[in-house]
Amino acid sequence: MSAYVIQRVLLMFLTLLGMSVIIFVLLRLVPGNIVDIMFDSAGFVDPSEKATIEKELGLDLPIYQQYFDWITALLVGDLGFSFVSEMPAIDEIGPRIPITAKLAALSLFFSILFGLPLGVISAVRQNTALDYVLRIISLSGLSLPSFWLALLILMACVSYMGAIPIYTETPETLWDELLLYLLPSAAVGFRASALIMRLTRSSMLEVMRQDYIRTAMSKGATENAINYKHALRNAVLPVTTIIGIEAAFLIGGLIITETVFNIPGVAHFLVEAILMRDYPIVQSLVMFIAIIVVVINFLTDLAYAILDPRIRYS
Amino acid sequence: MKMNFLKLFATAAVIAGTIGGTSIAFAEKSGGILKFYHRGTPPSGSIHEEATSSTVVPYMSVFNNLVMFDQAKPVNSIETIVPDLATSWEWGNDKSKLTFKLRKGVKFHDGKPFTAKDVACTWNLILGKSKAKLRKNPRKSWYKNLASVETNGDYEVTFNLKRRQPAFLMLLASGYSPVYPCHVPPKKMRTKPIGTGPFKFVSLKQNEHVKFKKNDDYWKKGRPLLDGHEWTIIKSRSTRVLGLIAGKFDMSFAGDISIPIYKDLAKQAPHMVCEKHATNVSTNLIVNQFKAPFDNADIRKAMVLTIDRAAFNKILGHNEFIMGGSMLPPPHGVWGMPPEVLKNVAGYHPDVAANRAEAQKIMKKLGYGPDNPLKIKVATRNIAIYRDPAVLLIDHLKEIYIEGELDTVETSNWHAKVARKDYQVGLNLTGIGVDEPDAMFYENYACGSQRNYTGYCKEEMMALFEKQSMMDDGPERLKLVYEIDKKLQEDAARPIIAHNVRYNCFQPFVKGFKTMTNSLYNGWRFEDIYLDK
Repeated sequence: MSAYVIQRVLLMFLTLLGMSVIIFVLLRLVPGNIVDIMFDSAGFVDPSEKATIEKELGLDLPIYQQYFDWITALLVGDLGFSFVSEMPAIDEIGPRIPITAKLAALSLFFSILFGLPLGVISAVRQNTALDYVLRIISLSGLSLPSFWLALLILMACVSYMGAIPIYTETPETLWDELLLYLLPSAAVGFRASALIMRLTRSSMLEVMRQDYIRTAMSKGATENAINYKHALRNAVLPVTTIIGIEAAFLIGGLIITETVFNIPGVAHFLVEAILMRDYPIVQSLVMFIAIIVVVINFLTDLAYAILDPRIRYS
Repeated sequence: MKMNFLKLFATAAVIAGTIGGTSIAFAEKSGGILKFYHRGTPPSGSIHEEATSSTVVPYMSVFNNLVMFDQAKPVNSIETIVPDLATSWEWGNDKSKLTFKLRKGVKFHDGKPFTAKDVACTWNLILGKSKAKLRKNPRKSWYKNLASVETNGDYEVTFNLKRRQPAFLMLLASGYSPVYPCHVPPKKMRTKPIGTGPFKFVSLKQNEHVKFKKNDDYWKKGRPLLDGHEWTIIKSRSTRVLGLIAGKFDMSFAGDISIPIYKDLAKQAPHMVCEKHATNVSTNLIVNQFKAPFDNADIRKAMVLTIDRAAFNKILGHNEFIMGGSMLPPPHGVWGMPPEVLKNVAGYHPDVAANRAEAQKIMKKLGYGPDNPLKIKVATRNIAIYRDPAVLLIDHLKEIYIEGELDTVETSNWHAKVARKDYQVGLNLTGIGVDEPDAMFYENYACGSQRNYTGYCKEEMMALFEKQSMMDDGPERLKLVYEIDKKLQEDAARPIIAHNVRYNCFQPFVKGFKTMTNSLYNGWRFEDIYLDK
């Protein structure tokens, strides 16, 4: 097991190194550069002033030199300065990470809270009215774009309550924070919960046709014990994989939701930084996301062994 | 007897006016934070380095100018200029020397005193004469005629012009002409600007907010009335409009409420006060005169003739757009050609079929026709207010055998592309800081100007620009401005399709604010606004 872990950790570092090169190069291949964009708000581009700013930002250096400067600084925790705000990148990114993390965690919590039990219920009550209703709900969850759902939620709040649950100032208490994140995380979590629900249902249906379930039934085990102790534990393995993938890719759903609910998290900030070609911000944030994805994948793999004792890494 | 009655009536009117005025003064309330939404993070807080309402609208209240436009009057003109940091001004040397007496006892937000040196520093920075440099200098072209700025002691300053320019004062009154402190470097002005204005900059968080608080040491006693103003940055237009409807914000962002949105808003929030205004932002056609076949004046003329402005107005402007040349026509603006003059300009005649028949003849003469159309790309910024008219324009060009393909350009790359002249035909929006021919002609149509995207350059026109610039305001200058504008339109220098109209909406308790109609950039001092809650 420890050899496997060491091997995976080394692979993680290699992956991240590769990622850093890809991010750096891709960003510079995109047409338009930060200086042109800076001049956009002035309505013109002055070639001599442009050259001065490029020099000031170090963009006149050869690309390998720029990469080397960035990666060596990154290794000692120096993320550089935002080209746009001229503030340290860490000061721009740092406060936004907890916001997105909380939103993502709450979304994931919602998706598991609803997805898993409803998936089990749908499987256990297969082909009943309840099953059909739950399947329709899950289908709508998969087919409704999250930005549309988010807008619909906002419009409903304005029409029926005369209030709009968007982020305009930092919430003061944990309760305020929870209230503020509740609807956005539900909007994001709805899709993920639908996916989890459908997968749990099909996985449960497959497991419930196994011999050991019949054995448990014949031994007189209660319905709950059969469903949740015997069936769910075995059915949950593919669901875990999906939860891991969803957690890693939640950032995609959060971009739209953060924009619509005006939440100042990293997802929305990343898009803005890409549009502005704010290289230090984009590079640091994408590296951060890459680290998260790689770590979640690693943890998901480790979770298999805990959930299924038959799986051993050696 | 009749005379006495008139006198009595006049006296009563004066008393009533005084009482009325007093009661208005008494009705003013102090305190409260005015809440706005903002459509995106301002690129910086340095007004002199930007040419966007994103910066000037929230940050204008941090600064003072030497002179400014009366904030209570909707139309900016030479008559509405009032003192600001200057207490008085005097022209000398046949209007080529402008001397200002400056206000004493004014302090910058960091406590340092304001003197004539700060005025000289500010304009030396724009002229590129100082050691410190601006990163971007979008209004250099405004001050081409400024030779030097001289201080005469701490409280007098003289602007020496190369030639007479009576309208120079108009440029100084714009929201784009604040006085910067000499002791603060340009970099700090971009991130933490310091001025002498009624509000102090507090903080800017990208994609989150911009906050300003009351300057307790403001030189104008009793002002500002608000404790501050705060701007929540909301990229999603649907979200911010819903926020306005829900009462989360007190006022919309300048120019953000389009005609269709206003109609929706009026239904959903009928209590909201919405003021219709021209923005002095025009939708226009840009034709790259350096690229063949558009170097041919005839083809440009044909393009001018095919534009059906009424169709643009009906489809995009709900018949509320304003037709005009480069200058905004009255009553919204001061210098634009009125309808009776406009109808004689090529392409503006309401008989579109006749215009197009003439255009088709020109195109056929140049070898184009239904079987041999000219294939071009019509570049525009990838946002709806640019894209929608560009689609209509393509349709109109088709009428004269020009097959256009829409080339949408990522919004942040737009100006770089047009400044490089890397386009054939484009659809652009042009806003002007001040409704003044000097600003318009030198910025957008003069040879060598950085914002002259089409590369239009004619010596005879430059001579006319100079001639009108040296004239005093009056019928003679107005006549010449019409003549210049007519030529610019007929030369397809940057044919104007329409002047845009927007709404400025605010909650009924917001008082003491007037929306300006001929500029989006000059009416945001906020010192007289109060919340009547």
